[in-house]
Amino acid sequence: MAKYSILVNGKKHEVDVLEDMPLLWVLRDIIGLKGTKFGCGKALCGACTVHLNDTAIRSCSFPVSAIGEGKITTIEGLSEEGDHPVQEAWEKYVVPQCGYCQTGQIMNAAALLKKNAKPSVAEIEQAMQGNLCRCGTYNRIKAAILEAAGTPVTNG
Amino acid sequence: MKILAPFQKRKTEKVNSEIFSVSRRDFLKASGLLTGGLVLGVSFFSCDDKGKKVATVAPNVYLTIGSDGKVTIVAHRSEMGQGIRTSLPLIIADELGADWTKVEIIQAEGDEKKYGNQNTDGSFSVRMFYKPMREAGAIARLLLLRAAAKEWNVDVDQLDTKNGQVIQRDSSKKKDFGDLVETAKTLPIPKASEVKLKDREQFNMIGKETPIIDLHNIVTGKAVFGIDAVVEGMKIAVIKRCPVVGGKVKAVNDSKALAVPGVLKVITIKGAGLPATLSKPLSGVAVIAENTWAAIKARDLLEVEWELGPNAGYDSAKQIEELKQVVAQEGTLRRKRGDFNAAKANAKKVIEHTYIAPYLAHATIEPPCALAVVKNGSCEVWACTQNPQGARDAVATELGMAVEKVKMNVTLLGGGFGRKSKPDFILEAAILAKESGLPIKVQWTREDDIRHDYYHAMSVQRIVATIDSQNKLSGWAHHIANPSISATEDLSVVQPSDGELMLGASDFPYNVPAINIATHDAKAHLRIGWLRSVRNIPQVFAAATMLDEIAEARGMDAVSNALELLGEDRHITFEQELIKTSYPNYGEKIEDYPWDTARMKKVIERVAKLSGWGKSMPAGTALGFAAHKSFLTYVACVVEVNVDQNKKISIPNVYYVVDCGLAVNVDRIKSQFEGGAQFSASLALKSTITVKDGQVEQGNFDGYQIIRMPDSPKQIHVDIIDSDAKPTGVGEPPVPPFTPALCNAIYAATGKRIYTLPIDLSI
Repeated sequence: MAKYSILVNGKKHEVDVLEDMPLLWVLRDIIGLKGTKFGCGKALCGACTVHLNDTAIRSCSFPVSAIGEGKITTIEGLSEEGDHPVQEAWEKYVVPQCGYCQTGQIMNAAALLKKNAKPSVAEIEQAMQGNLCRCGTYNRIKAAILEAAGTPVTNG
Repeated sequence: MKILAPFQKRKTEKVNSEIFSVSRRDFLKASGLLTGGLVLGVSFFSCDDKGKKVATVAPNVYLTIGSDGKVTIVAHRSEMGQGIRTSLPLIIADELGADWTKVEIIQAEGDEKKYGNQNTDGSFSVRMFYKPMREAGAIARLLLLRAAAKEWNVDVDQLDTKNGQVIQRDSSKKKDFGDLVETAKTLPIPKASEVKLKDREQFNMIGKETPIIDLHNIVTGKAVFGIDAVVEGMKIAVIKRCPVVGGKVKAVNDSKALAVPGVLKVITIKGAGLPATLSKPLSGVAVIAENTWAAIKARDLLEVEWELGPNAGYDSAKQIEELKQVVAQEGTLRRKRGDFNAAKANAKKVIEHTYIAPYLAHATIEPPCALAVVKNGSCEVWACTQNPQGARDAVATELGMAVEKVKMNVTLLGGGFGRKSKPDFILEAAILAKESGLPIKVQWTREDDIRHDYYHAMSVQRIVATIDSQNKLSGWAHHIANPSISATEDLSVVQPSDGELMLGASDFPYNVPAINIATHDAKAHLRIGWLRSVRNIPQVFAAATMLDEIAEARGMDAVSNALELLGEDRHITFEQELIKTSYPNYGEKIEDYPWDTARMKKVIERVAKLSGWGKSMPAGTALGFAAHKSFLTYVACVVEVNVDQNKKISIPNVYYVVDCGLAVNVDRIKSQFEGGAQFSASLALKSTITVKDGQVEQGNFDGYQIIRMPDSPKQIHVDIIDSDAKPTGVGEPPVPPFTPALCNAIYAATGKRIYTLPIDLSI
């Protein structure tokens, strides 16, 4: 066990946990932020995606000891009122079905748009390939990202 | 307690509704609601064939209208992405004339007596509850109209409801629902026989697109799934289960596990043994810890000696090889028309192939999980369950409690697909909570999920088609071998049930003079369950790819071939050709939901038009076709495929035409088809479960793959037939025709026929 001070959504949290505890379980079990989901534990599905500074990371495979001074942003901290352009686009296209993977999808998409404000369809597919959706909402995710980027396409 | 497969239940029962007042105290007790006002309950009861009431079931859906104008509707079916928490309440709201922005949905707990059937699978929520929901809304509407009529001293016929108000036509008079509550309370509740349901033109929501009610909560991370349920003092359990079904714990060394900081206890779960059943947990050893990570770490440090039992030698590849020989035999004839052997003897051409499809896991992105608290002789559970009543009964049986002592709260489900119909993970939580005296959340890891599922069974089939000298399809013989779902309860079952056979085999609708449908023995060595569209997956893969081959042999295109074989407009029945086999028709009477060739031909003709069937396409690109009716919904599908020089498969377009009767929530019908294509693309291109030494070889999304965005079908076009027919479900019907349509497209593009799933063009 070891003590860590981590910055999540602009707030400092002192936690005393196993050194190798992944950030996911620190967020969910210790801090109580449940919007970040567990899907695979091996960085294979993306359900646990959060931001470390401005980069998307898979929190299920990212040990708390590696965060250091980095700023963590979770879905709860992405926007004040759920009005981040990516969230708004998700609502416009009614992207979710069961919804379980969607917070990870949204966090990954938001990180993509920070790095690449106008991604092409191919770049979106490349960037989003680590995020699984078993309900199969991929095409609406794509449409919503293009919408959030200000380059909407109409498709059937 | 038995958990029934989707096609085994609700044989011919009809659901009717009656509304009545529920005392405020009872309602508050039942729903946890704190608002006052008018409370209406809908009672669902079953009728026998003559319409006589045979059993009165206690209220199943509650509708309340608060004096603040808020309409509260209880959603009693489980939400797993199909949108049912929106689509059933909107039917009530539309018939009532409510203001949707003021409707609040609350989720029902599992309670058979109170709510009637809550088992959410088999694509039947809308089919079963469309009419009762409309009646519920209409009765409440009439009550409010009568209240306004009394207050205003006018005739009810002059009044209407709109946006949460009663209005008087041809005047400016209007009043909020909430303001009519006091008067409404003094009036008798109208009977179902007194109401007139709205005409279709009066609908504001039914037949249109309504976003899901949980949308904002989902995109802001506030939606509560099974994994998110919390109670004070909750501990986490992660379980090491026997790697072989039917095996048992022999000895445990838990010293390393107990040394992990945060670990509290190690408890052995005895498990079902064999048969594994659909309603008992597996044998295993649980670690209980303060947090999930400690539990996972410690679980991996457990040293368990297993008594692996009779399935320890099981090898799935070997069984598939054996079944190839088995299906070459005559088998047990289950449906017979004409003389197939004569058709074969007189054939100009005989086409014969063996089709293989693998075991599949559900792989819901939310792994199974459940929270249980046991104290003072009662148990409260929070779980992502498709079948809250079945789970409640199973917990009561397992803990030796009266069912009334078990409270089953239903969270959102992070995917279901049939996996979360089984209560095994809920029973684990209940057992551990009882043994430990602690509130216990059982958390499955992905490896637990992939290795201990109720699998979709692998399949070996042989189809023989004969074409006569007139170039007609003269004979069809379909041989089927797969471990049956029923074997999970009863190991002596070695052949598919009537219900399994109905899903794309015994329901073969085509006008062929000679038909043999035969089944063969295949033992089960895993827990076999049902996965979205069930046996339709392998059976339609085989049948609809063979039909494509038949079309080619006859020198016809696949669409013309299908239309010709469907023959004249008529209602098909199967019973008279079945041998010691029934035709369950998805739990409905064939008179109520006939197999209508005209409806099938219409979706086929329409998909041909929509997709530009027959158009010329660049090299490596082609269209493939398949059509299938499942869960009483007619679907035709055309897939456009491109196969490049490196044999890489891409799917630029998918075209669906669906006849699901009257469309309730158009956007959610489209989304089910969009997702159904992706689900089917996973099993067509990616997914396989294999077993060696009785143990599943895959463990996570590296070994058990599902489709990812770059490989996923790109444009999915969904065209819904405008219909006034009784609505039917759409959760499962998109899945079956996609895979054979894809296989047929690949053949058209490359000349390679697909006989084995998942598709592998490298061999």
